[in-house]
Amino acid sequence: MDSWHDVSSFPVLWLVVTLVVFMGAAWLNQKAGKTPFLHPVLVSLSIIIVILKLMEIDYSTYMQGGQYIHFLLGPAVVALAVPLYDNIETVKKLLLPLLLGSFVGAFVAAVSVILIGIWFGFSDQILLSMAPKSVTSPIAIAVAEKIGGFPSLAAGLVLITGAMGCLIAPVVYKLLGITDPSVKGFVLGVGAHAMGTAYAFEYGVIAGAFGGLAMGMTGAFTAFMLPVLIPLLGL
Amino acid sequence: MVQGFAILLICQLIGEVLVHLLSVPIPGSVIGMVVLFIIMVVLGRVPQGLREVSDGLLKCLPLLLVPAGVGLMNHFGVLSHYWVGLLISLFVSTFVTMLVVSLLLKCLSPADKSDQR
Repeated sequence: MDSWHDVSSFPVLWLVVTLVVFMGAAWLNQKAGKTPFLHPVLVSLSIIIVILKLMEIDYSTYMQGGQYIHFLLGPAVVALAVPLYDNIETVKKLLLPLLLGSFVGAFVAAVSVILIGIWFGFSDQILLSMAPKSVTSPIAIAVAEKIGGFPSLAAGLVLITGAMGCLIAPVVYKLLGITDPSVKGFVLGVGAHAMGTAYAFEYGVIAGAFGGLAMGMTGAFTAFMLPVLIPLLGL
Repeated sequence: MVQGFAILLICQLIGEVLVHLLSVPIPGSVIGMVVLFIIMVVLGRVPQGLREVSDGLLKCLPLLLVPAGVGLMNHFGVLSHYWVGLLISLFVSTFVTMLVVSLLLKCLSPADKSDQR
């Protein structure tokens, strides 16, 4: 088994496993009608964790391959500026509501989850991992790394929030009688990041575009806001 | 394509250097996103070669999240201990956030827009 032990430490093995498992998960999600509960990221990370546990491989060994994929998150976050710029005409026209909406949304999302978490008596590191939960995962992971949370816990909580947001949003629309697709999309983007945005396209292209805008702006606001908020909340 | 990737990495580098010099806990990549956005607003267009790279990266964004997500395997202790509280916190917070933002936008957006379905 010594030679197998060597193979399991090849970084390229874990790159291959990640890509192949993800392709399978994406295929499964397609077959299941793109339900947020079988989100390809959730499915693939579960499968990979099971594989690693069964083979008794630890996370740092996996990351010797995984780090090359993980590194690309940085430039991908920078690239989010492009879709934001594509919608610049909309941004200009609705500057005030968009700024205010994403700013207030980012604020309420972070403060409310921290306060509820404090009430549950969570440790500071868990609270800091929950804080960016409504933000698109690449930004949330980077934020959690910076402010002292667990990046991977943050990533998991973000995904769960995304799936929940897609369920909560229609209830909120009903409660408040909201029919405007741009508002619908925006609310989904603020509260449920990329998963909400993908779901917003069900309400049409306008809703989707507003979801994307909201996601980008909320992400940026949260990243700038949390370092100020956290000391104020005593963390 | 190479040029597009270079632009993204240069913006990220600018962001990380700024974060380091100012020692603020903001991700360098988020500053890089703002820098790139400002560059495009000033230029008035998406720089050559950037679109294909950014489209490519954003198309496989979900895949890029997987390695970080696998790190959850190191947090099973926390998760199994606190999962009820975590789920309730996330649910209530997301509900409140969506409610507040919906109300806010309803007040801010002109009334006649609510007809288009």
